[in-house]
Amino acid sequence: MDPQAQFEQIVMPHLDAAYNLARWLTGNHHDAEDIVQEACVRALRFAGGFRGGNSRSWVLAIVRNMTYTWLKKNRPEAIVSMDNEDLAEIADPRAPATDQIDAGFLRAALGELPVEFREAIVLRDIEGLSYKEIAEVANVPIGTVMSRLARARRQLQNYSGQKGGA
Amino acid sequence: MNCTENNLQLHAYVDGELDVMRSLEVEQHAKDCAACAVKLASLKSLHTALAEGELAYRAPASLRNRVRQMAPAANNPAGPRLAHLQWLWKLLAMGATAVALLLLFLRPAGIFQNNQNDGLISEIVGCHVRSLMPGHLTDVLSSDQHTVKPWFDGKLDFAPEVKDFTQQGYPLVGGRLDYLDGRTVAALVYRHNKHFINVFIWPATKGNNSEEQVTSYNGYTVISRELNGFHYYLVSDMDESGLDQLAGLIWEQK
Repeated sequence: MDPQAQFEQIVMPHLDAAYNLARWLTGNHHDAEDIVQEACVRALRFAGGFRGGNSRSWVLAIVRNMTYTWLKKNRPEAIVSMDNEDLAEIADPRAPATDQIDAGFLRAALGELPVEFREAIVLRDIEGLSYKEIAEVANVPIGTVMSRLARARRQLQNYSGQKGGA
Repeated sequence: MNCTENNLQLHAYVDGELDVMRSLEVEQHAKDCAACAVKLASLKSLHTALAEGELAYRAPASLRNRVRQMAPAANNPAGPRLAHLQWLWKLLAMGATAVALLLLFLRPAGIFQNNQNDGLISEIVGCHVRSLMPGHLTDVLSSDQHTVKPWFDGKLDFAPEVKDFTQQGYPLVGGRLDYLDGRTVAALVYRHNKHFINVFIWPATKGNNSEEQVTSYNGYTVISRELNGFHYYLVSDMDESGLDQLAGLIWEQK
């Protein structure tokens, strides 16, 4: 298959997801666009290394790696691994769930989550990836994906419980 | 199931990552445990809010255009080398095709026939194994034959017979569409103790009834038969006698 067609088939369908991930992790559209563009150059160059399978995880893994490199350089304080802390340290949600959670609050709360939690939520709840796909993208075991998601959601529930007024 | 081990399971349930058995366990637990029922409702509404809250940023058209334009340019450095490689691959592919054709012609017709059937059996076992992976077993989850049968309406060009055999120890778990032998087929899922059984059904030539055939493949048992204008294939990791009981029930239905 010629490279242009391969690129159209493997990379282009995931451009929205790639941009969404980079946008949520960097917090601004300018850097997100730069990262996605550079990630596409890389994906194109290494398309030969794509051995079939899940092209979405493959593309998102490249975007994620480049975003983390960018974060290390520009936002070193953002890269703090939270995996060693216990789930129990995050308090249970104070307020019971309301039927309607305000989208504005949710957007703010998601933006404040630690970066590893934020990416788990973006990939699962917004992009609809499976645990296995997220594990491939973030290069961690599925168990880690599950605990990150559980802790991320607990923080989101706390945030909307406090500030959402519920 | 206790509540601590249940915590991650609740998330996995909302995320559609549990198989049918575990899903049923969670649903049952939430019926008995008010605290977990509240947690479950809260997780569901959070998920809905995130999924439907328009939180996704979409790639701007300018980015899309830029990416598309650079595609051929970025590939140039690797161009000439790639061209050589492509030649090599073409040569190899031609060689492989020649060998394959040769083998095909040299092969006695009988063996080839047999292989075709093997192909279908391995396809069927493959479908069965895939169906047991989380979230794949059923499209319609119901032990009620009156729910499962209408679910197939409009999705298939035939109407499979759907019966529940709970009384006989083979409860109906649900139904699913699958793809076998080049067409869409009905898959009914039954359970016997801890074993799941897939029954694949699709139309055959009318009036072509055959005897029951038992095949074993990679540790799975497959029982097949053409009956009343349908192909039936039962597959499970159960032994032959257990699977044969369900087969008997299916042959006798109506």
